[in-house]
Amino acid sequence: MSEQTLFKVTIDNITVEVPAGTTILQAARKIGGEVAPPAMCFYSKLKGSGGKCRTCLVEVAKGSEKDPRPMPKLVASCRTTVMDGMEVKNITSEKVVEARAGVVEFLLLNHPLDCPICDQAGECHLQDLSFEHGKSGTRYEFQRRTFKKHDLGKNIQLHMTRCILCYRCVFTADQLTNKREHGILDRGDHAEIATHIEKSLENEFIGNVIDVCPVGALTDKTFRFKNRVWFLKPMDAHRDCPTCSGRVTLWNRGDEVFRVTARKDEWGEIEDTPDGQPGWICNTCRFDKKETSDWVIEGPREINRHSVIAQGHYSGKIGTTKPNETFTAVNDGRTPQLLMDIHDESEVNQPSIHLSQTKGPSHGETFNNNKA
Amino acid sequence: MGVKLLLEKANVPGIRSFEVYRREGGYRSVEKALKEMNPELIVEEVKKSGLRGRGGAGFPTGMKWSFIAKPEGVPRHLVCNADESEPGTFKDRYLMEFIPHLLLEGLIVSSFALGSNDTYIYIRGEYAWITDILEEAIEEAKAAGFLGKNILGTGFDCNIHVQRGAGAYICGEETALIESLEGKRGNPRIKPPFPAIQGLWMRPTVVNNVETLAAVVPIINMGGDEYAKIGVGRSTGTKLISACGNINKPGVYEIDMTISVEEFIYSDEYCGGIKGGKQLKACIPGGSSVPILPANLLLKTAKGETRYMNYESLSDGGFATGSMLGSGGFIVLDEDQCIVKNTLTLARFYRHESCGQCSPCREGTGWMEKILYKIEHGKGSMSDIDLLWDIQRKIEGNTICPLGDAAAWPVAAAIRHFRDEFEWHINNPELSQTSNFGLQHYADPIHVPA
Repeated sequence: MSEQTLFKVTIDNITVEVPAGTTILQAARKIGGEVAPPAMCFYSKLKGSGGKCRTCLVEVAKGSEKDPRPMPKLVASCRTTVMDGMEVKNITSEKVVEARAGVVEFLLLNHPLDCPICDQAGECHLQDLSFEHGKSGTRYEFQRRTFKKHDLGKNIQLHMTRCILCYRCVFTADQLTNKREHGILDRGDHAEIATHIEKSLENEFIGNVIDVCPVGALTDKTFRFKNRVWFLKPMDAHRDCPTCSGRVTLWNRGDEVFRVTARKDEWGEIEDTPDGQPGWICNTCRFDKKETSDWVIEGPREINRHSVIAQGHYSGKIGTTKPNETFTAVNDGRTPQLLMDIHDESEVNQPSIHLSQTKGPSHGETFNNNKA
Repeated sequence: MGVKLLLEKANVPGIRSFEVYRREGGYRSVEKALKEMNPELIVEEVKKSGLRGRGGAGFPTGMKWSFIAKPEGVPRHLVCNADESEPGTFKDRYLMEFIPHLLLEGLIVSSFALGSNDTYIYIRGEYAWITDILEEAIEEAKAAGFLGKNILGTGFDCNIHVQRGAGAYICGEETALIESLEGKRGNPRIKPPFPAIQGLWMRPTVVNNVETLAAVVPIINMGGDEYAKIGVGRSTGTKLISACGNINKPGVYEIDMTISVEEFIYSDEYCGGIKGGKQLKACIPGGSSVPILPANLLLKTAKGETRYMNYESLSDGGFATGSMLGSGGFIVLDEDQCIVKNTLTLARFYRHESCGQCSPCREGTGWMEKILYKIEHGKGSMSDIDLLWDIQRKIEGNTICPLGDAAAWPVAAAIRHFRDEFEWHINNPELSQTSNFGLQHYADPIHVPA
C-alpha cells in the first residue's frame, strides 16, 4: 500500500491538506465556517449527487502548482476535485458572491415562500441560504408555478411547489431501495418530482427522502402541522432495530415524541454509524415508533447548525452551559438586565398601586436604584 | 464556383443507393484507410487537415480524437451526433437524406481510427424518415462487405446502430446524448469526466457531428495537407451552411470559407439576395444560439474590414461586435422583422428545451421568456431591459452545459445591438402592436432594388 497523496489547497487564503480526489467543497468543509460553500443538491452520502443547484460555485484562481492557469468559469465546488497547489476563492471573490446571489434568486423565483405553514421552516436549507447569500427582495412579478398534486402515500407529503429539483431524493431511492418508484417527470421549469402512475412510495427505507430533502418538498406526514421544529427538544436515542441501525434523533416536547429523524451532522447530512456506514433509518423507526418507551434515550442532541433550531437549544456539548453564562461570555463579562427583572420592579405590575399613582413604566435606572 | 467536397455528388440521380454511390467513387476512403493506413495515421491526417467540429463549437477534431483514453480491454465507441435541433440548422438532414453513404463512409473510417466496433448514430426523433434511409444504407453497405464482421478482409469489425431520439434539443449536447443513448433521461452530465475518458456506458467515447464525420472522407481521399489548403487560416475545408429566413434561395450551401458574408447573401449562387427586394436588417449567422448581428456589423467588422464566412472572421470583435460561425444555421432577417419578437421566439424555445437540471437555466430561461413576452405585448417597462440583461449575465457560464449560454447569448446580443428597438416597444405600447420599428439606423449598406 502506497501512502495516500496529500494535496495542498488554499481556499480563501486558508491552506489545508487533503487526500487526492477530495472535492473543493469537502476541503472547504474541513476548514469549516464561512469558507465552506453552501450546497443544496450535493449530499456526500449519495453517489452522483451535486452539480445541479450551482450554489456552491467558486472561483479557481490558480489551477494547480503544475498548471497555474485559472479556470475560465466558476466551477461547482462539489464536483471539482482539488489539485496540488490549487487556489480557490469563495467568499473573497466578488464574482462568486454575485453569481451565488443570482442562483439564490433563481431558486426562490418560483418558491412559494410559504414558510409560515411549512413544516421544514427552521431547519430549511433554502431559508439559511437565502438569509446568508440572497437579496432582500425579488424582481419576479409573475405568477409562481403550481403543479397538480400527487399523493405519495400515508407517510410522505409532497409539496412540489417548494421543490428545488436537487435530485437528492431520486438518488436516495436509487441507492437505498431496490426499485425506484418516483423520479423527475417533464423537463425545464415544469419538471416535477412524481410517480409516473399515482402510486404510494412503500419501500422500507423510502422515508429517508424526507431527511435528504433540503426544503419542505418532502415532509413527514405523521408530523404534519403537529409542531414547529424549534419548539421541540432533539434527543439522541436508539433502539434495537432488525432492519436499520436504529440510531435516531427524537424530537420531543415533554414526554411526547413528535417525530423521529436520522441523526444529522452540521452540514445537514446523515451521520455515520460507529461502523462507518451512513445512518439511514427505516420507516418503522421513523413513522411508527412514537413512544418514548420504544427508545433508549442517550441525551440531548447537539444541534450544531446556524439555523433557527439551534436557538434556545443546547449549543455546546452534552451537559450544556447555562444560557446566563453564555450571555455573559459573549457580552465580554457584562451580565444583561433581563426584561423580566425590570418587570418585577415596575410599579405598573404591582396591583396594590393604582395605575394613576405610578410614575410610568420602569426602566433600567429604577431597577438599579431599587436593587441597590 | 467554390470547392465542393461533401455535396459534389448530391445531385447525381440515385446517389442514395449504394450502387450509384460506389460507382461515383464512394467508399474509396474505406479501402484506403483500412488497407493502407493504420489508426494513428488516420488521426494524424485529420490533425493535419485542421478539421474543426462542425456541430457548433469548432473544436479541432484531430485533437479531440487524440484525447480518447485507450485502456486495455475496454471497448471504445464512436457516436455520431445527428440530433440536429438548433433552429435554423438543417445541413445534417440534407446530407443524411441525400447522400447517406457519405456519412456511413466517414463513420467506418473514423470508427477504424478510434477503434470503435459498435458505432452509434443518435438521430433526432423528428427525422423519422431519415432513420429509414440510414438503416437501408447500412443494410446495403453490410451486404457489400463494408460493414459488419471482417470488413474487406482486414479483420476490422464495425456495426453501425441508428438510435432515434425522442424530441429533445438538449440531447444534442454530447453528454445528454450519451445519457439518452443509454436509455436514461437526457440530462447533461457534469464534466469532468469527459466522454473521451468515460462516455457511453462509462467507456471512452468520441461524439462527432454528422458533417464532421462526413468531412473525414475527403480528408482521407485527398490527404490532410491538401484538405488544409482549402479555406483560410484555421478555417480549413468546406462548411455546409443552411441558409433560411427572408432570402430568395433558402437551402443548404457548401462554401469553402473564403467568400464574404456579403457575397453569400447577395450572390445568385448562394442566397440570391433579400426576398422582395427588401433591405437586410440583421442576421443570426450560426444557428439560433449565436449572437445576432445588425446588417452593418454583419457585412463589415467593427474595424471596417470585410467579414468572411469563416470561424475567425465571424467571431472578430468578440461578442461586442462579432458573432460565431456556430453550426452554420444562417438566419436572415429583413427590414420587416421585429427583433423583440424574434428574441421572444428564441427565448421560448430555450425555455421549452431546458432540461431543468440546474437552477440558473431552469428558472432563468422561463423568466426571460415572460419578460420578453411582456415587452412584445406592450406591457414592458424600461427597467425590464436592464433586468433581462442582468438575468442573462447570471445564467451565462454558471450552468452545467452550454444550453444556458445558448439561451443567454441571443438575448444579450439583441439588447446590445437593438436596445432602441426594445425601448421603442416600451415607449409605444400601442403602436408596437400594429406596426414595426423597421430599420431606423441599421441601414443595409447595399440596397438591391427588386
